[in-house]
Amino acid sequence: MTDAGLFIDGVTIALEGREIVSLTKRVAPGEVLTVMGPSGAGKSTLLAYVGGFLDPVFSARGRVFVAGTEVTALKPEDRHVGVLFQDPLLFPHMSVGGNLMFALPEAVRGRAARVERVAHALEGVGLAGLEARDPATLSGGQKSRVALARVLASTPRALLLDEPFSKLDAELRAQTRELVFSKARESGLPVLLVTHDAADAEAAGGDIVRIGE
Amino acid sequence: MLTRLGPMLAIGLLTAPVAFGLAGTVLPAFGYLPALGGMEFGLAPFATLFAEPAILMSALMSLVTGLVTAAISLTAVMLFTAAWGGTRLFARIQHLISPLLSLPHAASAFALAFLIAPSGMIARLISPELTGWERPPDLLIVHDPLGLSMMAGLIVKEIPFLLLVTLAALPQVKPARMRALIASMGYGRISGFVLGLWPSIYPQIRLPVFAVIAFATSVVDVAAILGPTTPAPLAVRLVNWMNDPDLSMRFLASAGAVLQLGVTAAAILIWIGFEKIGARLRDRVACAGRRLRRDSGLRWGALAAMLVSAGAIFAGLLALGLWSVAGLWQYPDLLPARFDLRNWMRVLPSLVEPLAITLFVAFISTLVAVVIAILCFVREDEMGYPPGRGALALLYMPLLVPQVAFLFGLQLLFILTGVQATMAALVFAHLVFVLPYAYLSLKDPWRAFDRRYDQIAAGLGKGPVERFFQIRLPMLARPLLAVAAIGFSVSVGLYLPTLLIGAGRLTTITTEAVALASGGNRRVIGIYAFMQMVLPAAGFAVATIVPALIFRRYRDMHV
Repeated sequence: MTDAGLFIDGVTIALEGREIVSLTKRVAPGEVLTVMGPSGAGKSTLLAYVGGFLDPVFSARGRVFVAGTEVTALKPEDRHVGVLFQDPLLFPHMSVGGNLMFALPEAVRGRAARVERVAHALEGVGLAGLEARDPATLSGGQKSRVALARVLASTPRALLLDEPFSKLDAELRAQTRELVFSKARESGLPVLLVTHDAADAEAAGGDIVRIGE
Repeated sequence: MLTRLGPMLAIGLLTAPVAFGLAGTVLPAFGYLPALGGMEFGLAPFATLFAEPAILMSALMSLVTGLVTAAISLTAVMLFTAAWGGTRLFARIQHLISPLLSLPHAASAFALAFLIAPSGMIARLISPELTGWERPPDLLIVHDPLGLSMMAGLIVKEIPFLLLVTLAALPQVKPARMRALIASMGYGRISGFVLGLWPSIYPQIRLPVFAVIAFATSVVDVAAILGPTTPAPLAVRLVNWMNDPDLSMRFLASAGAVLQLGVTAAAILIWIGFEKIGARLRDRVACAGRRLRRDSGLRWGALAAMLVSAGAIFAGLLALGLWSVAGLWQYPDLLPARFDLRNWMRVLPSLVEPLAITLFVAFISTLVAVVIAILCFVREDEMGYPPGRGALALLYMPLLVPQVAFLFGLQLLFILTGVQATMAALVFAHLVFVLPYAYLSLKDPWRAFDRRYDQIAAGLGKGPVERFFQIRLPMLARPLLAVAAIGFSVSVGLYLPTLLIGAGRLTTITTEAVALASGGNRRVIGIYAFMQMVLPAAGFAVATIVPALIFRRYRDMHV
């Protein structure tokens, strides 16, 4: 079981020789590791490194393991690491159902099975029956929940959250936060959360790492 | 692997034709062309060239045309943007003017000719009441010896182009905030813009301005339709020599093309001198702190200039359309006595082949250009940094080197390799001019795409191919089709490349229209020029309607 979860092993990221992040940390399934720091401190670069889309201007070393597999050299699409950004970024040219269908792994075969899984996923975030809707017609809170359902539908092995609640108003933020964390626990996903909001960190309940201070 | 081909193809396509073409022009200019018996280098072709009557007059005419066209159209655009930028009126005028960008030069020249000629719309409007003319007066308005109508024809066409490139550069200087800041210091709208914003906009549009100078100093189609004839501007005379059945004239034409190269280079150098003087003048005014707040006259003047230039083309296009369906139309009646579709029925049979060639060449060259441009951008994303300034200069190469100067040599190369007047050669020649526009107009939409969509899709386990075809391509469908429409309109409007590489055997609507100019049959010219106008417009209509239909259910995919 020691292999399970997300393992960040001696990761150091630098920009033009200046070190931004240096971290070794293990995140167990269902747990949240929160990275905090002022804006511009490079919190998101750590997330980008784990996700495999670090901008080439940064130089980085160190290894990343997801569920016991080293992913450091893998392409982002082979890492099975889901991402949520502060904007929901639903694909505007697909319906809500289409967004989820796109995320569903190929292994789920047969039209009926896929439709069934999408319906189930939407139900899980309290949006049952919205398959045919244009994402543009949803409210802000609904959009974030579809984004959550979409990332979960792709059955990731870890979840990266890049300030995902920062654009929501206070009430919606607490609700959405609760939903995201409970879903992650339910699916046994290790979560890496980047935020500058102390309330997010507190709600997450896990370890907190501060950078750039 | 495939993406690495993009930049290589682009660089090859932009440099090879220009480099080989220039070589193929310069060698015969110095007497070397073994195929025609020129085995020794010498200055004989230049001696013949300078013995031609009024050759220096032709060169001077070309030089002045380039400078005047660039100066007037750039000033109009600068003052208009200064005076009206950020207002609703500005947005309206912008929408009025931008369709003119896709209009072929030849079509706008015909439009102007049909408007201002002694038998044109303006004369008809005021005759005989104001003028007493019962028949078209014998005035040299079109083809005037000073080339004024030719310059006007170029200016009305370059204004939309320079306005568009200015608009593209504008957001980078954060105009709304800067305007407020400068106004708070008490500067007038125009002086504030010219002193405060223009200096950071101009460097970004400098290459397009040079392209305008290069084009105007060496233009052939507009000059043939509107320009002076005694003597004609340099490039027109060169093309006539080039097309002379007497092959030995090629030496003369090539020497002339080298002179053309010098004229264009001189025009750009003189312009750079103007830039320096302008900058010094600007600094002096700025350091004196002159606020120049009383600019309302200039503001309305700038607006009037834009409206007149756009209005002239629209009115001229209307006249073209009328002539194409005119039956009996006596002078000075404002409208034809009868409308008649027989003109079209008569012309249609001979229209079909040039139309088919126009469409085929435009489709293929646009398709190839867009694919190459996409490959370049994908490669750029992979590399993680944009190409340097050198790449941009490369992109402008076919637009900065006068067309005659390298097309002569390219034609020669195609003749020697036996591919002249083949479809492949014609498509290739068009591609050289379509590619820069495709790349430049795709640049901003491509970079504006939110990369996080890509990252999300990768997080969902999608590989690069899937991400490209399922996310990037559909989300960029609208700008990509708009880019294709631009490429299409560039190809439709190309005159000289078609004339020289098609060698009269492959003709398009544009070459046919210009060839008709000297004939003076207004009904037939009206039909061809009308087609020139319709084709780009149809391209843009398709580019607007298709994505709107495909994505009609998705609100965020609408404009």
